[in-house]
Amino acid sequence: MKRALFLGCTVPVRARNYEMAARQTAALLGIEFIDIPGFTCCGFPVKSNAYTFSQMMSLRNLALAEEKDLEIVVLCSACTSMLAEANHKFRKSAQYRDHVNALLRKINRSYSGTVRIKHFSRMLLEDVGIDTLRKHITFDLGNISLMPHYGCHYLKPSEIHGEFDSPEDPKTLDMLIEVTGAKTVDMMGRKHCCGGALLASDNRLTYRLAAEKLHMASTSNADALCLVCPFCGVVYDDNQKLIENELEQIYQIPVLYYPQILGLAFGLDPKHLGFKLNKVKTKTFLSKLYGDMADE
Amino acid sequence: MNSKDIIDLDRSNLSFAVEVSTEPGGENIFRCFACGTCTAGCPIARTDSRFQPSAIIRMVILGLREQVLWHDAIWLCAGCYTCQERCPQGVNIADLMMALRNIATREGYAPEPYHVQLNLLLEKGCLYEIDDFDNKKRVKADLPEIHIDARELRILQEKLLEELD
Repeated sequence: MKRALFLGCTVPVRARNYEMAARQTAALLGIEFIDIPGFTCCGFPVKSNAYTFSQMMSLRNLALAEEKDLEIVVLCSACTSMLAEANHKFRKSAQYRDHVNALLRKINRSYSGTVRIKHFSRMLLEDVGIDTLRKHITFDLGNISLMPHYGCHYLKPSEIHGEFDSPEDPKTLDMLIEVTGAKTVDMMGRKHCCGGALLASDNRLTYRLAAEKLHMASTSNADALCLVCPFCGVVYDDNQKLIENELEQIYQIPVLYYPQILGLAFGLDPKHLGFKLNKVKTKTFLSKLYGDMADE
Repeated sequence: MNSKDIIDLDRSNLSFAVEVSTEPGGENIFRCFACGTCTAGCPIARTDSRFQPSAIIRMVILGLREQVLWHDAIWLCAGCYTCQERCPQGVNIADLMMALRNIATREGYAPEPYHVQLNLLLEKGCLYEIDDFDNKKRVKADLPEIHIDARELRILQEKLLEELD
């Protein structure tokens, strides 16, 4: 199974633990990731101030994948929805397609609309399948509980994600967690927005929004949050200390990316799954699985 | 935004909503029947009273162009799409906020971080530059090096700006 791996801006610099774990688990499942050197940002950060350009950024990335006849798999939820939305709009209007291709010709490229885009978690469910995941599981995570965090763009706008998961009552991340043997903590707030989009312009608003989720997690019996988007990680993990200071609270909730969880269940070494790069320390979490032998 | 003054329709710009409806994302604004479902489920409205999507839609329809475009409120939407999923009238509210921001940008009201991001993308092709130091860290983590080239992006942007002229 070959896929073009789309990293976007955040993953390669600020969520290398996510990338390491995704590459490790994919390799074990026989998925071959192709890194396309010409990929850039998806365009999402400038949708608000340069909408047409942002769409062209996505479509240029899609053109690169089409040149190699590859489907795209994405680790970031915002990139997933940005690329999928540009593709959706491109497919809907012949007039728009002509305009886009007239522009792409200026850089000696073209796009016909054939590329499929999936979030890595969705690919694990739909293209690999729960049964195959189960066959690779060698280490039981039965004594840990995780709070799934779906975030926004993994599910919404549902119009561009097709028949996938319900934005009001999502189940897919719970299914992916449960196959590892770990328990899920089911409570309000699983679909909360992390507020990451406002971090650059109004970080205190982001902190107040993120604090709601961290408070829920810390007062539940969850051992960690489980994420599928690197920007949610920037908010909940990288900024957790600042949120604690701002709100005068202590949460100390480890924030893990789903492939890190899956990798543990596959029996992979936490070192190879980037656990040392997690900002909120995972020592207590790991010692719950491995006893006090765990050195991080 | 929350001014208690009576709205003087003689001073409003009633073509504003038409302008918004021709901007990508603003197409369905006239479908709004003011039920307030968007604001009721909005995580930002719950956290910060400056932002109420239903109020912004009403202000657009009433032609309060400057008040909408100058005010911070349109920049507070987190783009979570909760409202858009739930709107019974199919007003694409998150996309509508995006449309308003693009109009505001053309009028010179975009907050500084947005300009910075656009310049970064045109210069580097990504938000966080990956330099030799980052690539060393990547190689150490057994990840491939990344070198991004933004030349094609600059050409695309240049052609788009030519089209606008």
